[in-house]
Amino acid sequence: MSERPMIEVRDLRKIYRTGDVDVPALRGVNLSVSRGEFVSVVGPSGSGKSTMFHILGGLTPPTSGSVSIDGRDLLHMSDADRTNLRKTMVGFVFQKYNLLPTLSAADNIEIARDIAGRRDAMDEQFQQILKLLGLERRLKHKPRALSGGEQQRVAIARAIVNHPAILLADEPTGNLDTENSNAVLGLLRDLNKRLGQTILMITHNPEAAAYGDRIVQMRDGRIVE
Amino acid sequence: MMAMKASFHLINKLVVENLKHRPVRTLLSALAIGVQVTMVLTLVGVSQGVLQDSARRSKAVGADIMVRAPGSSIIGGSVNYPEKVLKLIATFPHVKLTTGTLVVPAGGLLSYVTGIDLPSFSAMSGGFRYLKGGPFRDPYDVIIDEVYAREQHLHINDTLHLLNKQWRVCGIVEPGKLARVMMRIDVLRELSSTGSNQITVGYVKLDDPANTQETIAYIKQKLGPYRLDSMADLASLYSVSSIPILSNFIDIIIALAVLIGFLVVFLSMYTAVLERTREIGVLKALGASPAYVLNVLMRETTLLAIIGSILGILLTYGTRWLIQAFVPSMPQLIVYDWWPIAAAIALAGAWLGAAYPGLKAARQQVIEALSYE
Repeated sequence: MSERPMIEVRDLRKIYRTGDVDVPALRGVNLSVSRGEFVSVVGPSGSGKSTMFHILGGLTPPTSGSVSIDGRDLLHMSDADRTNLRKTMVGFVFQKYNLLPTLSAADNIEIARDIAGRRDAMDEQFQQILKLLGLERRLKHKPRALSGGEQQRVAIARAIVNHPAILLADEPTGNLDTENSNAVLGLLRDLNKRLGQTILMITHNPEAAAYGDRIVQMRDGRIVE
Repeated sequence: MMAMKASFHLINKLVVENLKHRPVRTLLSALAIGVQVTMVLTLVGVSQGVLQDSARRSKAVGADIMVRAPGSSIIGGSVNYPEKVLKLIATFPHVKLTTGTLVVPAGGLLSYVTGIDLPSFSAMSGGFRYLKGGPFRDPYDVIIDEVYAREQHLHINDTLHLLNKQWRVCGIVEPGKLARVMMRIDVLRELSSTGSNQITVGYVKLDDPANTQETIAYIKQKLGPYRLDSMADLASLYSVSSIPILSNFIDIIIALAVLIGFLVVFLSMYTAVLERTREIGVLKALGASPAYVLNVLMRETTLLAIIGSILGILLTYGTRWLIQAFVPSMPQLIVYDWWPIAAAIALAGAWLGAAYPGLKAARQQVIEALSYE
């Protein structure tokens, strides 16, 4: 019997209602992502990438279809269930880093643990990850004192500190120069290879997409290849 | 290495850092809450100070019983009654001395002049201690105390305009006895159109203070519903709670204070929530529940109210200094027992003000919040 996929999406549909008009953002998406796989999702603006990202991250409910993460069905989840999903099963990395500006890098990471209700000491594995991310000496700094690349590395650390089932990265290199982009993408690949972290990355950039094990193309609310 | 921190510590850190992030807004909000606290503490302090001062001055008359007409109150609204009542009391057992005073409004809030019969008053109280000048010589002579003289910049032989008449300051006396401005009772009766031989307060001195209750009962039995108060009970008599009009006034000020606190914090937190829409979105994306977000904002509000309350208490010393410098006749007490009450009022206003912005933040949609610029 084959292993259950980490992400299983079947005929996923999402319709936004704008005034009296229904706007379909996803028109029957089918996707299966194995445990430990690094999948890049590419496609033009409006193709439905972000909507799929939001549904998988529990930020918005789907309209119909089936979607599950590590066996948990997202279709019938309440707001509180989705909050719980974000707390324990999903880590986000955003294009604009989205660090809390008033907290240090260390506290930005710590607050994710705090929200997840984790009161235990930071594990040894995570200490190694901080070394891997090259953040050890920058932890006391606030985001404004960090470069874009450093901020994105802090955001990655925050995303994986609770050992989520999946890491969702939305244009993680969109605000970075080439050098920092390569560094961040290299780190994501390292996390995937070393820790077996399942990653779904949205990107416009074909070079960035090539870091994934597999590239999925979206257009008009569907996966086309 | 990052050490594990308790949850409350991290939230508190976020709260403190948020307040530090916008120092001007934080300071202005705390100051506005502080003004609200000062308003309450100053009003109560002045009320209690003025009442305590009045009680002390009444006590210094040296009487054992105070006699006033039925329906009289401690401040304002005093009703006059015939002096013959006091003369009758003078014939009762245990009564050693009596003296009557006439209290007339002098055109201002809590501003009164007092007519006295100097010989009987001096016999009872031991007389004034004159710092300058001496007793009445002419009908339009006035005796003032040193506080009033300082406040009004008056000296001996200066002219004082009161009740549409020019008065000569004939004596400046040590403060603390009966009143601040005193003139001859017969002259005051004539000027204030009070019926002849009317008095406002009668003071009765007994052969022994131990006979006070017995004498009060006797007078009540003989004269009916006159208001008779033992001077030993003055402290409770001159309290805010025993004067309904003052008590109501303070309640109104407290309600206004809560309203001010509500509006200030509402505006401050509403702006803060708008400004931090994206950050709230981040917290929620990380899995923060509405209660967690609300908790952060309510703690921030509580800290603002605490800072504001401390500022307000400190400002009270400033208002006391100002009042002492410019209106020394209005003594302001530092009312320590009202500190927690004023802080609780500030906190109540602040929590009310933060409720709507807090709920708005807690209910924010994550995707919209994250795309907020």
